Amino acid sequence: MKPYRISAMFLRHIYLYKHSLTRLVEIFYWPLLDLLVWGFVSLYITKLSAEGNSTPNFLGIFLGALILWDILFRSQQGISVSFLEEVWARNFLNLFVSPLTIGEYLASLMMVAVFKVVVVFLISSLLAWLLYSFNLFIIGMYLLPFMICLVILGWAIGILTTGLILRFGQQAEVLAWGVAFLFQPISAVFYPVSVLPRFLQKVALAIPASYVFEGMRSIIFGRTFPVGHLVKAFGLDLVYLSLALFFFFRMFRQVRAKGLLAKMGE
Amino acid sequence: MVAAATPLLEVKNLSKSFNSFQAVKSVSFDLYPGEILGMLGPNGAGKTTIIHMLLGLTSPTSGEIRIFGLDPSRPRQREKILRRMNFSSTYVAMPYSLTLRESLMVFARLYGVKKARSRIDLLVEQFELKDVVDRPVRTLSSGQMTRLNLAKAFINEPEILLLDEPTASLDPDIADRTRTYLLEMKRTKRMAILYTSHNMQEMEEISDRLLFLHHGEIIARGTPDDLVARFRGEDLEDVFLKVAREVRP
Repeated sequence: MKPYRISAMFLRHIYLYKHSLTRLVEIFYWPLLDLLVWGFVSLYITKLSAEGNSTPNFLGIFLGALILWDILFRSQQGISVSFLEEVWARNFLNLFVSPLTIGEYLASLMMVAVFKVVVVFLISSLLAWLLYSFNLFIIGMYLLPFMICLVILGWAIGILTTGLILRFGQQAEVLAWGVAFLFQPISAVFYPVSVLPRFLQKVALAIPASYVFEGMRSIIFGRTFPVGHLVKAFGLDLVYLSLALFFFFRMFRQVRAKGLLAKMGE
Repeated sequence: MVAAATPLLEVKNLSKSFNSFQAVKSVSFDLYPGEILGMLGPNGAGKTTIIHMLLGLTSPTSGEIRIFGLDPSRPRQREKILRRMNFSSTYVAMPYSLTLRESLMVFARLYGVKKARSRIDLLVEQFELKDVVDRPVRTLSSGQMTRLNLAKAFINEPEILLLDEPTASLDPDIADRTRTYLLEMKRTKRMAILYTSHNMQEMEEISDRLLFLHHGEIIARGTPDDLVARFRGEDLEDVFLKVAREVRP
């Protein structure tokens, strides 16, 4: 064991943080998100206990939320990780010198996302039923629109992330795993919007996923879910997707002008 | 003589700047059917930037590109151009987890190749990849990967082929056979090929005409013999060294 060799390798990794803002931010990012999510979950449970709801359907609330959250996450991953796979394989240039248009490319990634979502959903719901006797299909006819709503939001986040990776290169690839989770604490995944501080409640109401998770809880608790909320969620989805596409195409033009598209593929 | 035909590719006063750095300075040239045009120049001369602009990967700062009479900066025209064109570079690879046959099938579909299976079989035979055709791409050697890239480049029987150092990682035997194949394609299919390489002997052997680039400019053009005579060199390698060391004809 030579200390100078160990210090050389230590230095090699510290240099990475010096040159990459995303890596530096990542150090604080995950602990902060964990703290927020688990902090709000704790507040929710405390609130339920205080209200005398000693036996709420925790299994349904958390497993249902987890499975639906995974739909959003896989949908986003279907776009951004599929894109990264071309970059890692140095196949990116071959694709973009073929007649494939950027619109066709995005459409294919969206299809990949849907494929992943369907596979993951089937496996998760089957396992939830086998292991915990939890039947996600109790959500009934709302399940499909909930899923579609989350898939569209996942597409939007995936396209946004891909645009950022395109612009800032592989140093931004951590975003492919991180950006979706930015939405988790403020999408009321595991707790209702009312648990959030007032200013975050306003933010949550601007996120389509919040309506889905609130809706899921309403149905599990046997309450009604206003269709208007679903309409609102789809409306927001369209806004998010349009903005993400606008951003992506803008980034694409920029990287072509800067010659970064070619560098991305080599 | 090739120059009597209509050029497939026309480049007029093409320039590219990256902030204050001018990578390509008012470059003009044509490429004719059945011609191999070699682009020579030291590293950073602008060869790859020109190829990337021709492929629409990098947008030009100014100047004009016409390929098959179409404008590649217009998305619909670019799509039409790329159906009839292809590209191969040593620095580009293929999806690692797919087998060689699957990779080629993806590209055959992207280019809308009819009878894709028989086309793939033909190319696999041509580039001596038959033994590895069902192996994952990640297991290929660099030479096999280069040949796979070349097979991909021929998948749509392109009328124009852009090759960026295509033989850089091939052994002399395979490199020679690749050159022979390119010359055969040029002769039999009237394929137009734009070619970059740092192998001067190869450039001398394969190119009908050469463009010598330096600091983003074409500083000389002509047949290999013309250039050797103009720079009073012994061969193309000698000419290259003179250019790289800023000796002008």
